[in-house]
Amino acid sequence: MMIIGLTICRISDVLLCNVTDRVSFWFVVTDSSQNMTTVPGSVVEAAIRMNRNRINSAFLLSDKTLQFLKITSTLSPPVEPSTPVWLIVFGVVLCLIVAGIVFLVVAGIQQRKKKNKESTERENLEEKGEVTVTVENGIPCEALDLKAGHINGVFAADDERFTSL
Amino acid sequence: MSKDLSVPPEIPKEDGRPKWDNKFQYILSCIGFAVGLGNVWRFPYLCQIHGGGAFLIPYFIALLFEGIPLLHLELALGQCLRKGSIGAWNTISPYLGGVGIGSWMVSVLVSLYYNTVLTWVMWYFTNSFQEPLPWSVCPLNENRTGLNEECYKSTAVNYFWYRKTLNITPDVTETGTLQWWLILCLATSWAIVYLCTIRGIETTGKAIYVTAIFPYLVLTIFLIHGLTLPGATDGLAYLFTPNLNTLKNPRVWLDAATQIFFSLSLAFGGLIAFSSYNPPKNDCEKDAVTVAIVNSVTSLYASIPVFSVLGFKATTGYWDCLDRNIINVINEFDLPEESIMRQNYTAWISYLNSSHPEKIAGLKLKSCDLQEFLDQSVSGTGLAFIIFTQAIILMPGSQAWAILFFIMLFSLGLSSMFGNIEGVFTPLLELRIISKSIPKELLSGIICLISFLITLCFTLGSGSYWIDIFDSYAGSVPLLVIAFFEVIGVAYVYKMKRFSKDVKWMTGRKPNLYWQITWRFISPLLLLIVFVAFVTLQIQKPASYAAWNPKYVCSQIFSKLLIKARLVYFSPLSDPLKSLSSTVYLHNAA
Repeated sequence: MMIIGLTICRISDVLLCNVTDRVSFWFVVTDSSQNMTTVPGSVVEAAIRMNRNRINSAFLLSDKTLQFLKITSTLSPPVEPSTPVWLIVFGVVLCLIVAGIVFLVVAGIQQRKKKNKESTERENLEEKGEVTVTVENGIPCEALDLKAGHINGVFAADDERFTSL
Repeated sequence: MSKDLSVPPEIPKEDGRPKWDNKFQYILSCIGFAVGLGNVWRFPYLCQIHGGGAFLIPYFIALLFEGIPLLHLELALGQCLRKGSIGAWNTISPYLGGVGIGSWMVSVLVSLYYNTVLTWVMWYFTNSFQEPLPWSVCPLNENRTGLNEECYKSTAVNYFWYRKTLNITPDVTETGTLQWWLILCLATSWAIVYLCTIRGIETTGKAIYVTAIFPYLVLTIFLIHGLTLPGATDGLAYLFTPNLNTLKNPRVWLDAATQIFFSLSLAFGGLIAFSSYNPPKNDCEKDAVTVAIVNSVTSLYASIPVFSVLGFKATTGYWDCLDRNIINVINEFDLPEESIMRQNYTAWISYLNSSHPEKIAGLKLKSCDLQEFLDQSVSGTGLAFIIFTQAIILMPGSQAWAILFFIMLFSLGLSSMFGNIEGVFTPLLELRIISKSIPKELLSGIICLISFLITLCFTLGSGSYWIDIFDSYAGSVPLLVIAFFEVIGVAYVYKMKRFSKDVKWMTGRKPNLYWQITWRFISPLLLLIVFVAFVTLQIQKPASYAAWNPKYVCSQIFSKLLIKARLVYFSPLSDPLKSLSSTVYLHNAA
């Protein structure tokens, strides 16, 4: 039973004509309550538009395989969530990045503070003289080794000039 | 003795210069810099239009005589002089200091617009989490009776790119407004670049492990998946079928030379910066050959999934065309369903044409030709954002593929950005105008902030046209000029004998005859020829650009001109068959 307008019709009210090879047919819907007059086409169209899904599934067909001439299917609007999805993803990505940047900057500042503290500690130690550096004529003794200085060949290498003891 | 910096002293200088953690990091950084977006969206396109497998011949000749020598030259220079591009060239000769400054300027300009491409990738990435993908459906028009007109006349993918992403104006003189969504994505991109380059190579060295290796994983996944798609073999056959006749066209050789050049990111100064952080005694010859070969192999490797997917897309398009025709014929002749299949379509059509020619003519069937679909070749952003996204819609599980694809593009671009930023950053650190007490984090932050503010102009409605201009003129001819002077400067001003001695000190062996000949004669000559040919070709055609103008939609040229003109419909300003803009677009995004 279908509801067309406000009247209830039965299957026997639907008459077929011009049946062709392909499963196609014309149909009119009569109004049994009003002396078998045909229901106006526009009313039938509107009803079919509203119930398209039901008709399709009754035949196990879709809008592409069941065609009502002159009735184009209205398109369903695409689903739009309240917040665009991309903003959510974007927010997540941005939060991660900002967290990373903050972490790296803070780590860098801490590292620099530690390095400054270390170098000031070392300076303090040297001032207090706990690291004894023997100094001879203003030059630390460690520097006075063979690497930094020049070996004077006249004095150093000439062992044979002197007789051995 | 004034300029004898050829042999550094025996004791390594304690100059506090940052170092790479290990050799692998350095090699990976160089590879990441060289392997970029151009390997994915420019090389396969060139292969396709220049005779498939035959293109590899000029490509490898150019690699051998232009790419590898120049690469070795830059790496050796940076390693030996241990300075960024400005400092290095000032050291070579004060008269050649301009080469360094030129490199630095090019790095600055390319960084600016390259990051905008990453912005677009990021925008597509954040939109890939929706079901269905936003570029797969056209939005409805106001009264919901049909689809949006601009979208309906072109395709949903085009509409999403030109309207929803760029919100493009009809021509470059109309600037349009700032697009807020692009500004957000731009800020994110620059934030990511800042995060990774915050302390110079200390941080990029860690980030490069991910950004350089991840694209290979994704390419492999796409390769495996792409080969299983229907029509993949058609695409691959189309790509690799050699057509040796194309080698007679000098344009092919020019394209091969410029592709190698831009693909290896030469003359940006970034490679000099990278190798300046190396220990002085490092085998730069082996590094250069390794990086060049990996870059070329990556190009080849990337073209396989790209063309499998393009073949799949062409086949699907062909099947859709056939199916539409079949439905029309079945409806017209009231034939039972599934009486005409794709296989017997041609037989049926010829039979029906002979029996009822007027009816068939009245249907106005579109001719479906697989070759025509395969011929739709695009490079640059058109390939990634229009063709590939269209192909991804057709795959099952499209969200996952889209997400993977755009993360891969982002990694590829990001690792190239590291090289660009390093090419900007390192010379600035060495210039005495920046005091040593400014922490590196602050300097990189200031650079990123200033760059972000400048690149806001690319988020305007006409931004994409500006990027076209930047790409065509900032990243092409200047690089050729700089590279030419680099080779001439080292070979004839610094003198090849001195340079060979330096290289021998660094690598332990004298550069052999191949290097001597290419550095002295072949590379400069080749660069000169390429430069002259490039300029000649540029000045032959009037400068123009491809524009998207929704007012001049014409449906007859839909299929033919659609792709060849970089998916532009038409514009009153340029010739729709403008191939220059499509070939030059992001050709050096390597």
